[in-house]
Amino acid sequence: MSNWIPLWLHKLGSPPTFYRFAGTLQPWATTLALLLGAIALYGGLVLAPADYQQGDAYRIIYIHVPSAEMSMFIYAVMGVASFIALVWRIKLAEVVAMESAPIGAAFTFITLVTGSLWGKPMWGTWWTWDARLTSELVLLFLFLGVIGLYHAFEDRRQGARAAAFLAIIGIINVPIVHFSVNWWNTLHQGSTVNVLGQSKMSWDMLWPLLTMMLATKFYYAASLFRRVRTDLLALEGGKDWVRKIAEDEADR
Amino acid sequence: MGRPRLIPACGAMLRRDLTVAWRRRSDIAMPVLYALIVTMLFPFALGPEDTLLQRIAGGIVLVTLLLAMLLTLDAMFSSDIEDGSLEQLVLSPQPLELLLGMKILAHWITTALPLIVITPLLAAMLHLPTAVIPVLLLALLLATPLISLFGAVLVALTAGTRRSGMLLALMLLPLCVPAVIFAAGAVAAAQQGLPWLAPISWLAAALVLAVVLAPLACAAALRIALDA
Amino acid sequence: MTVSIPHTPLLEARSVSFFRRDEAVFAPLDFDVHPGQLTLVEGDNGSGKTTLLRVLAGLLHVGAGELRWRGAPLRRSECAGEILFLGHQLGLKADLSPHENLRIAVGLHGQRAGTSIGSALIEVGLSGYESEPTRRLSAGQKKRAALARLLLLPATLWLLDEPYANLDRAGIALVNHVLKWHTDSGGAALVSSHGTTNFAGDTVRRIHLHE
Repeated sequence: MSNWIPLWLHKLGSPPTFYRFAGTLQPWATTLALLLGAIALYGGLVLAPADYQQGDAYRIIYIHVPSAEMSMFIYAVMGVASFIALVWRIKLAEVVAMESAPIGAAFTFITLVTGSLWGKPMWGTWWTWDARLTSELVLLFLFLGVIGLYHAFEDRRQGARAAAFLAIIGIINVPIVHFSVNWWNTLHQGSTVNVLGQSKMSWDMLWPLLTMMLATKFYYAASLFRRVRTDLLALEGGKDWVRKIAEDEADR
Repeated sequence: MGRPRLIPACGAMLRRDLTVAWRRRSDIAMPVLYALIVTMLFPFALGPEDTLLQRIAGGIVLVTLLLAMLLTLDAMFSSDIEDGSLEQLVLSPQPLELLLGMKILAHWITTALPLIVITPLLAAMLHLPTAVIPVLLLALLLATPLISLFGAVLVALTAGTRRSGMLLALMLLPLCVPAVIFAAGAVAAAQQGLPWLAPISWLAAALVLAVVLAPLACAAALRIALDA
Repeated sequence: MTVSIPHTPLLEARSVSFFRRDEAVFAPLDFDVHPGQLTLVEGDNGSGKTTLLRVLAGLLHVGAGELRWRGAPLRRSECAGEILFLGHQLGLKADLSPHENLRIAVGLHGQRAGTSIGSALIEVGLSGYESEPTRRLSAGQKKRAALARLLLLPATLWLLDEPYANLDRAGIALVNHVLKWHTDSGGAALVSSHGTTNFAGDTVRRIHLHE
């Protein structure tokens, strides 16, 4: 292994360490996700005022925008993990990349559905072929392609490496798709949230949105930790540390 | 003794694939027939109005060719894997990237070129104005190699799996969106009498990039797929 | 019987192993392969003979341990073309004739000095079948065409996976003859075989693989 990966990262990459680490953090992440999610929903659906143009219909952004952000965030995590998996052949990175894909696909799907529901009252159509929608759709296909390729292989680790390669190809492709569809046609309204700069939303509308974005991050962490732990047990089935966990479970 | 130089090795590779394809000429005819039949179905499905057919002719030809190529892609490496010649290629002292580049070129010559040759016929079946056909051909000459190159990378990734034509379609078609957009954009622009050079230039730029990068990616993908 | 052995081995394996689903396919192996030496890889079905040869060929990555080539850590770019692998699939295109198949192999790998495609085909007993499509040949004849490829290509180390399969007595003698010719001219070979040995000669080293 390369020696310029920091030592702690390298240690964290060992399956038994990560298994324990994820096991400790997972309940906290779940609790925070539920708590923040509930606060955000209350803030967004009850406390926040109605939009003077869109009325109550705009409230779907509390689901739509965090999902959209998560779909890209998870793809980025998957891409980075894929890169690490391919270059350094670290098993944990393979597992993280592959277990991120279904979560990412789910968020992408939610984004498309909520966007479509929002689009009907706003633009009078369920679907329009603009750059952002098409890129999101292509992103969904990429997630599904990664999942499909992963499961097409007999050997799971080999499948993970092949699918990781596809994920990296996708990273290059999505901006190209975005650009080309933009060239083709643009209909979508401008960006709603700009966390760093001046936001177009008022603060009492904005804070539930930011809270929800945080909640989805914690949800992703919790879900990922759960999935990765299960996968590690399956992959490392024959190893001593797994055997020890199994014996401890049996003793209880 | 010395290892052979690069150019003759590439020549040997290209000749091999072309000879094998020539010995199985009927396989070359299949995608052509497929494209003809699919194109024939559209007028029946949409009605014979000239204006409608004319307007969508470019897009139909483009998508039909894309699907016809997709059908042939799956077989790109399968026979080489089955008879062990892929192992011999991987172990030869030549850069695998170049050999795969030759394979992709051979694939393009044996599948895309016949399709491009019958394109004027397909366009005529859909009443595409004759003046637009040269632009369509130019767009296809740039877009079909892109599909061959993308396809080769993805087929290489699935090389170690059970037969999976559907999976290939799921992975490849989203990646082809830009190629379709620009190729169809050029044809549509030409049809409306607008300048069509910009989309053609984008296609050409993409092709240059893909010619350089795709064989590298293809070799890397193949190494992953074979390593088990 | 003494054989003079040059000091640097062609190939050295230092506790080489390979893992599939985190289980070692074969125990860590240590062995040297010297020029002029024939090594027999023995073991039952499933003991990892094919896997070992594929690892040595570079088709599979080394799981643990180190491979050295002519005294330095093995780099695939340096020994490419010097190692030749012949597996269960012979690497012949069925639609091409033996002659065409060999011409492509020579085009990719180069040609051993003093050999020609015609004479190699005669040597393996395929004269008269040069331009027959390979698909019409019998299994034994296909194997012979693959052996002709070994004769033609300028490789020093041969990795032959079960070369005796599908061969009649004359074919087995031919494999032995080809191997002897190769080692006499300074080459080396690793040959896998399950149990029954057909080797002539007593300079053979053996690697045993257990489950």
